[in-house]
Amino acid sequence: MTTDLRRRLSVPAKHLGLILIGFVMLYPVLWMIASSLRPGDEIFRSPGLILDSLQTENYVEGWNALTPSFGTYLVNSTILVLGCIIGNLVSCSMAAYAFARLNFSGKRWWFGIMLGTIMLPIHVIIVPQYVLFSQIGWVNTFLPLIVPKILATDAFFVFLMVQFIRGLPRELDEAARIDGCGHPRIFLQIVLPLMKPALATTTIFTFIWTWNDFFSQLIYLTDPDMYTVPVALRSFVDSTVATSWGSQFAMSVVSLLPIFLAFLIGQRYLVKGIATTGGK
Amino acid sequence: MSALDELRQLRHGGAQVRKRDNKAAFWFLAPWFAGLLFITVGPVLASFGLGFTKYNLIQPPKFIGFDNFARIFSDERLHNALGVTFTYVLVSVPLQLACALGVALLLDRGLRGLAFYRSAFYLPSLLGSSVAIAVLWTQVFGAEGLLNRVLGFFGIEGKGWISDPDTALSTLIVLNVWTFGSPMIIFLAGLRQIPAVYYEAAAIDGASKWSQFWRITLPLLSPILFFNLVLQIIHAFQSFTQAFVVSGGTGGPSDSTMFYTLYLYQQGFSRFDMGYASALAWFLLLIIAAFTAINFWAAKYWVFYDD
Repeated sequence: MTTDLRRRLSVPAKHLGLILIGFVMLYPVLWMIASSLRPGDEIFRSPGLILDSLQTENYVEGWNALTPSFGTYLVNSTILVLGCIIGNLVSCSMAAYAFARLNFSGKRWWFGIMLGTIMLPIHVIIVPQYVLFSQIGWVNTFLPLIVPKILATDAFFVFLMVQFIRGLPRELDEAARIDGCGHPRIFLQIVLPLMKPALATTTIFTFIWTWNDFFSQLIYLTDPDMYTVPVALRSFVDSTVATSWGSQFAMSVVSLLPIFLAFLIGQRYLVKGIATTGGK
Repeated sequence: MSALDELRQLRHGGAQVRKRDNKAAFWFLAPWFAGLLFITVGPVLASFGLGFTKYNLIQPPKFIGFDNFARIFSDERLHNALGVTFTYVLVSVPLQLACALGVALLLDRGLRGLAFYRSAFYLPSLLGSSVAIAVLWTQVFGAEGLLNRVLGFFGIEGKGWISDPDTALSTLIVLNVWTFGSPMIIFLAGLRQIPAVYYEAAAIDGASKWSQFWRITLPLLSPILFFNLVLQIIHAFQSFTQAFVVSGGTGGPSDSTMFYTLYLYQQGFSRFDMGYASALAWFLLLIIAAFTAINFWAAKYWVFYDD
């Protein structure tokens, strides 16, 4: 009886606590969105979320603040993201198929190296990589950012896909092999269609990580025409006076919008992706 | 056809399959091999070589022996950067994991609206590494920022949290703790694998919630906690964007947000001292490897494996 009562009281208390934590955590982001729709001088005065009127002037001002305008950076980021997604999907799934299904000499050794590269920080390889790419004239193109993806260097996704392929019944590809299918056909017609969830997880993570990535884009893209959203946003923040928060917030919101949409669409795959590679 | 023939064919076929596998594996792995050579392991080895040179991208590299590595031990700005980075890692990671575990425990056991809460808490992990959130942080913790407005509401006098060297790093620590959602999801997946009968049996024996947590949950969750710890420490060592944006690329005020990665960036890509930057990159690799090794060594004493 008493435990029942305690339980009945503790559940609403739990909800209250969780809602409070969530609200405090997300408040700054909500406030940024609200403030981006306020006249500039009001931002400092209003810590609340309720708007008197909707002002879009911050968006117009922020959009045109740099030359070229913000539209160019969105297009650049989109091209880059698409290139990275295609690169990761093709190269990582190929490598994963080899590690999960093929017998070859030194497999354990290569697999170990692959796992090791997951932990390798970009900062360790960026200097010689930059030297290489600047020698062949790739600085200020998207190639230094896309080519590594085409070469399956995002080992995290290789591992994710290996785990997934291992979970697929082997009988399917053995049956196909008896019917005379070679590995390319088994890969393309049997394994690849079955690993759609893993491909979706890869797509969504690649999208978000590439869209957010700042370090390598800052290093390789120095020509304003080639700027991506994060590089442009940073350059915008540096070039304006600290008081023009309105337009800075507006462009920040614009830059976060695709992430938010990807999150809404791909939640299920994001959660699954983290849980499977992290859990077991 | 005799059995011998069949066996011979089988053996022949078997050998052929294995041989074909090797060839197929080569083609399937060809992009990955190229990546290994040119993008990952190759550059790691090359940066070791560059570490022994003076190189500014324009003149050819000049061999200078151990000068760059010796400089690591005498460079006081670097030592400060190491201190800042260690403080950041050693304070923010345990706090972040504590929040992740705490909220995961609240969310466990079929709470209604679990999916909604999980999403709400996870969202900041996706946004946290963006430039946009760093811009927001600059405002929120600024002298006239949101935090001080809210504090003022309670009659508390605030200050410029980011412009004060004593508190600038704390704002970045708060930002890292804010992204506790992704380890939280890993904890939730782990919690779900603990059989409910353990708790039922413990409850029958009269064990309190508190001792259930210490004697059942924590030991069974320790492999997951270990995994999160290793991952988040490596991750925290690589933080760059936030410190860069908040300090305008300087690592200031007074080098108080000078992360190791930021210092490396300045040496390599502002001063184009590629030789020293390479030596710094190798040193970073050694530090991260050492931390990971210590983690694995310590795991023997506290991580509990069921099987």
